[in-house]
Amino acid sequence: MSNTKIYINGELIGTCENPEEFVTEMREKRRSGGISEEMNITYYDKTSEIYIFSDPGRARRPLIIVKNGVPLLEEDHIQSIMEKKLKWDDLIGKGIIEYLDAEEEENSYIAMGFHDLNEGHTHLEIDPSTMLGICAGIIPFSNHNSSPRNTMEAGMTKQALGLYVSNYMHRTDTRAHLLHQPQTPMVKTRIIDVTDYDKRPSGQNFVVAVMSFEGYNMEDALILNKSSLERGLARSSFFRSYEIFERKYPGGQEDKFEIPGKGVRGYKSEKAYKHLDEDGIVNPESYVESGDVLIGKTSPPRFLEEIDEFGSANEKRRETSVTVRNGEKGIVDGVLLIETVEGSKLTKVRVRDTRQPEFGDKFASRHGQKGVVGLILSQEDVPFTENGVVPDLIVNPHAIPSRMSVGQVLEMVAGKAGCIKGERVDGTPFNPNMETEIKKSLTDNGFESTGCESLYNGMTGERIEAEIFIGVAYYQKLHHMTTDKMYARSRGPVQVLTKQPTEGRAREGGLRFGEMERDCLIAHGAALALKERLLDESDKYEAIVCSECGMLSVHDKIRNKIYCPICGEVDSFPVEISYAFKLLLDELKSLCIFPKLILEDKA
Amino acid sequence: MGDIDQKIMNKVIKIAKKKETNFPESYIDDIAEAYVRRELTDKELETLITKVKKAYERSKVESGEAIGTVAAQSVGEPGTQMTMNTFHYAGVVELNVTLGLPRLIEIVDARKTISTPTMAIYFDEDHRFDDEFVKKTASTIAKITINDVLDDFHVDYGQMNVEIVIGPEKVKEKHLEFDDIILDIEKSFKKHTIDIDNTKITIAPKLDKRNKSGIQIRDIRLLADKIRDLQISGVKDVIRVIIRKDEEWVLHTEGSNLKSVLKMEGIDQVRTTTNHIHEIYTVLGIEAARNAIIKEALNTLEEQGLSVDIRHIMLVADMMTADGTVKSIGRHGISGTKSSVLARAAFEETGKHLLNASIRGEVDKLTGIIENIIIGQPIPLGTGSVSIMMKK
Repeated sequence: MSNTKIYINGELIGTCENPEEFVTEMREKRRSGGISEEMNITYYDKTSEIYIFSDPGRARRPLIIVKNGVPLLEEDHIQSIMEKKLKWDDLIGKGIIEYLDAEEEENSYIAMGFHDLNEGHTHLEIDPSTMLGICAGIIPFSNHNSSPRNTMEAGMTKQALGLYVSNYMHRTDTRAHLLHQPQTPMVKTRIIDVTDYDKRPSGQNFVVAVMSFEGYNMEDALILNKSSLERGLARSSFFRSYEIFERKYPGGQEDKFEIPGKGVRGYKSEKAYKHLDEDGIVNPESYVESGDVLIGKTSPPRFLEEIDEFGSANEKRRETSVTVRNGEKGIVDGVLLIETVEGSKLTKVRVRDTRQPEFGDKFASRHGQKGVVGLILSQEDVPFTENGVVPDLIVNPHAIPSRMSVGQVLEMVAGKAGCIKGERVDGTPFNPNMETEIKKSLTDNGFESTGCESLYNGMTGERIEAEIFIGVAYYQKLHHMTTDKMYARSRGPVQVLTKQPTEGRAREGGLRFGEMERDCLIAHGAALALKERLLDESDKYEAIVCSECGMLSVHDKIRNKIYCPICGEVDSFPVEISYAFKLLLDELKSLCIFPKLILEDKA
Repeated sequence: MGDIDQKIMNKVIKIAKKKETNFPESYIDDIAEAYVRRELTDKELETLITKVKKAYERSKVESGEAIGTVAAQSVGEPGTQMTMNTFHYAGVVELNVTLGLPRLIEIVDARKTISTPTMAIYFDEDHRFDDEFVKKTASTIAKITINDVLDDFHVDYGQMNVEIVIGPEKVKEKHLEFDDIILDIEKSFKKHTIDIDNTKITIAPKLDKRNKSGIQIRDIRLLADKIRDLQISGVKDVIRVIIRKDEEWVLHTEGSNLKSVLKMEGIDQVRTTTNHIHEIYTVLGIEAARNAIIKEALNTLEEQGLSVDIRHIMLVADMMTADGTVKSIGRHGISGTKSSVLARAAFEETGKHLLNASIRGEVDKLTGIIENIIIGQPIPLGTGSVSIMMKK
């Protein structure tokens, strides 16, 4: 048997003759504090290699150490923790709990719970749910969900609006969303407690009915109760901060915050400056729309200007104001006047916009069940229960079975039970004795243990024949909102180089008619529709072609003459081509290739 | 339908000619058959032909239809649903055959070497159920090396030779003759000293002028490998043969050599085939290659549960084989050899095509689709394929 190789952070450092002993000794030293507790060691007997890691960036997790089938964490430890005599670091220092990395886990045999323990185990989970991270830990009953749904939810929690920081009124984030009345979830998990999620929640408890309604919740659409929204449900604010400073230029010139005078180059219109105060900055609480100037600013001329008749350089300043972004509106929330490091004046303006849910806004429960608003229904028309409870939200039953997000069903039942009892329910995953408790509290209060109820049609008052599953679920408003995305264009700006429409909503661009769309028109044989898309609605150009040499002629607008740069004043004819093709011809010419256009009569 | 009277056939052909039809032959056969089966009168026959003519002409593709684009879309769209995972089986469990998207790409790329060539060998009527004959043929097709018949193998670095012991039972098992093996060895190692002692053969390199410095250990090792890999039986390129009996005996092979197999006795030359299109092209010609492309592409798609109309694939195969050689679809094939400079430049290697065109002074007649899209003219297709003729 050859010697075992030892690697430290991936580098071969030496060998050892009795690896088992070495590894055990290293671990003992780590537990007793002889070596840093950040060290992890792994022995692979198949390749006879030992890996020691101590570098930053490894994912590690804490586990209780088990010796001979007995966990080192004992009753008196727990007692002292409760009495706050013992802290987390003490447990690590005493070698009761240690952190393992992904590598060392390969050498470990970890028991899920106390009852599973046997002689072979090396570690014990503190709690099965500790294997979940912050995002996944927020999901109640995640052990009842299919894994893709949990993964999706872990991603979506990060997009949820809530109380993202508590000092938001003093901050100037370029973009920030704030949920108006965030609630702590009715059904919580232990990880929610540990991470203090309740202090900065990101959602609200909705009364949810699972039923179809006039087809307005097909394909994951949601139906919201209009009165709920008017009461402030899922309402949020959007903040955008604009900032600019008075730049100093070489030569002693500098920018100036002011209301630009009419002589300034690039003067907008009087209307655009109407919100500005004397100092050239908007007043707080004024309503501004896109195009309105927030900070009036002028800059010195970029080049030395032409000399006027008196022989002095005419100083014509440029307008460089900050305006409200295209498509946005709001109320000026705050104005900040400060200084840059260089001592120039710096201004920050924060604009606030209230966002009441509207069609197309995205919502999600905590089980990867996302959807967009398909209908906002007046409360009168929403179905109601015998007690007069009207749901805030109606989701489609088809959303549940194929995705197997049973956790949502459980959350709704548990949430309902919690609301009746008036206390929050624990929904920590891998907790087996929840079901009976919840069912009991429902039946005790005169509800069906399944969570189903009779609902009455809000429009006719008739009882709906089927029993409707109704409960309370925690829903999150995600930051994908219609107002930020809605867009259309008929005419608009074009690119300088290609004369084709610009790209993107922010640049008021066109919607791309792509390659595959083009293929479809070809396949249909719609020749003229295709030409319209690709030429008339894009970069149509009328080239004048010399009939002698086939090069593009020049139109002298001053003398109104058409001539060919090579052949002079010979016959030239207008030809409709795309500007992109004209560019191609120009580029070829620049490469010393002479492309000629041969003209013939068009039949 | 060979049993239809030639007289009736002539009659049908005559009426068809009178009606100015241009049916394929199979239509005439079918009409004639229907005429006999249904006992039609002559007048009814005439109406039948008129109606068939009408239906035939209505179902023909109209001129100006973008069949190429439609074919591309019809193959391309199901292609997106094809999984990249190559499920390695095709009827025969033991045989690994590339399937799915990789195989489809292989077909349209017209590869000269494909990743898993395989043959299906059928037998003629006399040997279709002849177990003994089939097994014997299988063993003659399969590649057998010295390694397969060895009892013992020894490299002696002291004596600087290689010692092999051939197992007589193994030789018998493979339907071989011991003397043939000896002959093969003698033929292949002419430049070596061969010492034969019953089944024990010792081979050593001869000392000649070239390797004066003596025989190196490396030489011995190379020789050892060479001896072990010496093919003593089988068809070249065929690595393995699997015998199957469904309704009759069929041999499936790993590796393909159509030319040699077709020469063998007792083989059904009509049904025996390979999945190697280029081989079919060299052995059987371009028409066979076209049919092979259609069959292979269609099977690949169908195996994935996708149904593409055969006519789309026929168009692809026609384009690939139109000029008598198998051309690939892509840079080196159809797209790369288009007549229009602009169309070629728009596809791939823009610079190369523009440069070459300028050197040669090429003229683009602007007859294709892509050229006209580039310059911004209506495409000569569909509604754009009509124009006004002026009286001179």
